[in-house]
Amino acid sequence: MNTMFKNKAAEREEIEALLPWHAAGTLSRREADMVERALATDAGLAAQYETIREDLAETIVANESLGAPSARAMQRLMADIEADVSTARRVRSSFNLGEWLSDRLSSFSPRTLAWSGTAAALAIVLQAGLLAGMFVSERQGGVYGTAAGTDSYRSVNISEVAPATYAYLSFKPQATSAEITKFLATYKIAMVEGPSGDGVYTVRLAMTGMPKEDLARTVKKLQDESVVRFIGPKAAE
Amino acid sequence: MQTTSDEALIGRIAAGDKLAMQVLFARHHVRVYRFVLRFVGEPSRAEDLISDVFLDVWRQADKFEARSQVSTWLLAIARFKALSALRRRPDEELDDETAQAIEDQSDDPEVAMQKKDTSAVLRQCMTKLSAEHREIIDLVYYHEKSVEEVAKIVGVPENTVKTRMFYARKRLGELLKAAGVERGWP
Repeated sequence: MNTMFKNKAAEREEIEALLPWHAAGTLSRREADMVERALATDAGLAAQYETIREDLAETIVANESLGAPSARAMQRLMADIEADVSTARRVRSSFNLGEWLSDRLSSFSPRTLAWSGTAAALAIVLQAGLLAGMFVSERQGGVYGTAAGTDSYRSVNISEVAPATYAYLSFKPQATSAEITKFLATYKIAMVEGPSGDGVYTVRLAMTGMPKEDLARTVKKLQDESVVRFIGPKAAE
Repeated sequence: MQTTSDEALIGRIAAGDKLAMQVLFARHHVRVYRFVLRFVGEPSRAEDLISDVFLDVWRQADKFEARSQVSTWLLAIARFKALSALRRRPDEELDDETAQAIEDQSDDPEVAMQKKDTSAVLRQCMTKLSAEHREIIDLVYYHEKSVEEVAKIVGVPENTVKTRMFYARKRLGELLKAAGVERGWP
């Protein structure tokens, strides 16, 4: 008897929790039928449901009063898309070291690769090439961009973009290429040169020169990332 | 007349169709804007953010797997971008003041009560909810999102969604009561 009462109470609670979605019409048919049956027999739930319907109506009024964005939002979006398309075209027409090396490697037979003393070296060069190719897209005007595919990455000539903010960066040996890719994309870091003999890359942290305090803060934050072994600011040239 | 589904538009966007992008934008940008505006409070900033949201859609359309509605995906991206924007300005918090700043046009609860405008009191009390509670009320009532979809957008379990909604309603009832409107619950 007690268990039955508890089950009833739990069922009522469950239905009570679903009332807002019932008012919004977003329940499944089965759930909606269950709520409808409960509303027909439970005056307390029915009264609550009425207040929920009021809340829903006023929420809509409140949101509708927020207005709409100006045409600027659409114009900016289309301009950004146009810039994106142009960048993609540029990337497609430019030389891709990673692809080239990949093609060359795939043309060798496994046996050749296995016995070739250059295989390991090529693999390292390939990885470096791929890393160098992993750049977050730079849209015209230097606005925010997110990497979403190889087309949106491009290599950067250090002299093209100066004055920017650069740093020296090396990764922990256990960091995987996937983790490194994610790290670079997250912070929109472009790899510019490297690696040097000791595995240090020159990277670009920002398209513009950063104030000293900001740079120190950024470097400290990046140093705490799990893939980073070392990072230090590179003096402006 | 049959309209192109959002999913079909995403397919065309993935193939580089800019017109499809414009159609999707026209269909959803106002709701996404209002959702973002709740977070950031400034219309111009909200406009910039929605451009960014749809630019991400342009770039990632080929990765959309239709596990949720397109509008749910848009709101999830929008929420992420709005919170990231707020994090970049740590002095700003997603708080009650931000919410009130964007819709404090009606009288305060006492004045409105004197005018016996219960609807205005209700809307005013909504602005006094915490950002978390306000967000869930907007998602459920205005954006018509199911329990599962809210869970995806906010990134919490479905049971948490139900509980949060329950407490949001309860809090709203308390605020109304304090403003002199007795609804019998809680």
